[in-house]
Amino acid sequence: MTANQVALSYLVASVLFILALKGLSSPLSARRGNLFGIIGMVLAIVTTIAITPNWTLVIAGIVVGGTIGAVVARRVEMTQMPELVAAMHSLVGLAAVLIAIAAVANPSAFHIVDPLPTGNRFELFIGTFVGAITFSGSVIAFGKLSGKIRSAPVVFGGQHWVNLALALVMLGCGVAFLLSGKDGQWVPFGMMTGIAFLLGVLIIIPIGGADMPVVISMLNSYSGWAAAGIGFSLGNSMLIISGSLVGASGAILSYIMCKAMNRSFFNVILGGFGAVEGAVAGAAQARPVKGGSADDVAFLLGNAESVIIVPGYGLAVARAQHSVKEMAQKLTEKGVHVRYAIHPVAGRMPGHMNVLLAEAEVPYDQVFEMEDINNEFGTTDVALILGANDVVNPAAKTPGSAIFGMPILEAYRARTVIVNKRSMASGYAGLDNELFYMDKTMMVFGDAKKVVEDIVKAL
Amino acid sequence: MIGTVDPAIVDLSVFVLAVFVGYHVVWGVTPALHTPLMAVTNAISSIIIVGAMLAAGPTEVSFGSILGFVAVTLAAVNVFGGFMVTQRMLAMFKKKPAHGARAE
Repeated sequence: MTANQVALSYLVASVLFILALKGLSSPLSARRGNLFGIIGMVLAIVTTIAITPNWTLVIAGIVVGGTIGAVVARRVEMTQMPELVAAMHSLVGLAAVLIAIAAVANPSAFHIVDPLPTGNRFELFIGTFVGAITFSGSVIAFGKLSGKIRSAPVVFGGQHWVNLALALVMLGCGVAFLLSGKDGQWVPFGMMTGIAFLLGVLIIIPIGGADMPVVISMLNSYSGWAAAGIGFSLGNSMLIISGSLVGASGAILSYIMCKAMNRSFFNVILGGFGAVEGAVAGAAQARPVKGGSADDVAFLLGNAESVIIVPGYGLAVARAQHSVKEMAQKLTEKGVHVRYAIHPVAGRMPGHMNVLLAEAEVPYDQVFEMEDINNEFGTTDVALILGANDVVNPAAKTPGSAIFGMPILEAYRARTVIVNKRSMASGYAGLDNELFYMDKTMMVFGDAKKVVEDIVKAL
Repeated sequence: MIGTVDPAIVDLSVFVLAVFVGYHVVWGVTPALHTPLMAVTNAISSIIIVGAMLAAGPTEVSFGSILGFVAVTLAAVNVFGGFMVTQRMLAMFKKKPAHGARAE
């Protein structure tokens, strides 16, 4: 193959990747989009194999890695999707670092002149430190999401100064690497990489478990920029295009998540939220609430004309989505109009709740995004809130409240509100929820799965 | 007269335009599919497997080609895992005619 043929086939692959993302604009075209993505990847890999002098290690790597990937993809549960995605980000990050080290060790394999020119050194520096931060940051995120390490924020005095100092030292090592020759290059390069690994850990540990949707989107973005950085080093447009698509995607998702929590990106990144304020909120009061049993709920739901179900993270934790689907089906059979309302931050990653409901075979045309359903609450008989708290807190409409301005699901406008929670404990924002004390609200305490199963029995 | 353009500038042009394309395409993604979006972008970012293959490919096996082999393996986990898990999720969003007819 000539260099031009290779470049053209890489161009086709890049276009196929763009079409893969474009397909996701609707559930109807999404699977065709994914197929485009797969074709693009196969084309890119086959083209590269055609120009590889020695296939042995390449094929061995693809077989070993591909088998592991295929097995994991089949076995993973939908509730574990955030962990899986975090783990995969870490692999992209580590692969980027290894490629950069290989390029420094043996530039000729990449058709780069030996010794490395300064321009290539600069690009490798970027690819390496972004890759290293992606790797170690994702490992920590994986640990927090899978419960292998405590998800509470880890904060210590002067944290931001330590990070800043390390970042400056890292940049210094990067500059030393740029100016170094073939002999003195490994010391600054190694130090730079090591510090970047450390920074990845330090950046993620102060961020609490509830902020994981932002963290995971941010690392998604980094993994893309790392790929683009490697693309610059190798002068490969396909890597640059694909990396940029991913980088932009992660950045947009981070923005959407931050907006849905009414927090600035820097506020999340600088971390520590929830550690301090959560403690204060424990000192809540003992105001009377109206309690009820699963039988009461079944009676209310059975006699309603329209019901909107608001699933929250508590529902995902209790793995109650299948029981909820069963309940909704029974209600539909009774002629009740059932819909689901999804807040953007329901679940532990963007769109997580939609996948969990889809897995439970809830038809996606019953599932609505916040903007599309908020006007419907006013004309709805019953809003059933399962394991959600802050996202339905009307305090978001009160100036001066800590969550003022946060977009919420306006469940308080329904004629009757039923809230299932494990206890009266406050949500992640550490605020009391006025919704629980309203006259039309009935509280049902207990594990979401248990409660919903009881409702199904009573219907 | 003004000489040839540095390849790095060409790369930069591609990069800037690709970021714009990414920005517009991703805003078009329906929020219900944000988790599959993340899984598929994961698979797409493992396109760095191409770089890993170059590292692993020289005729003579060296330190660099061993690193390349490890990188190919890591990226291949993502290529297969990412696309397959996306496919699995998207299959769940398949339209079910029986339900669709009854919904309205």
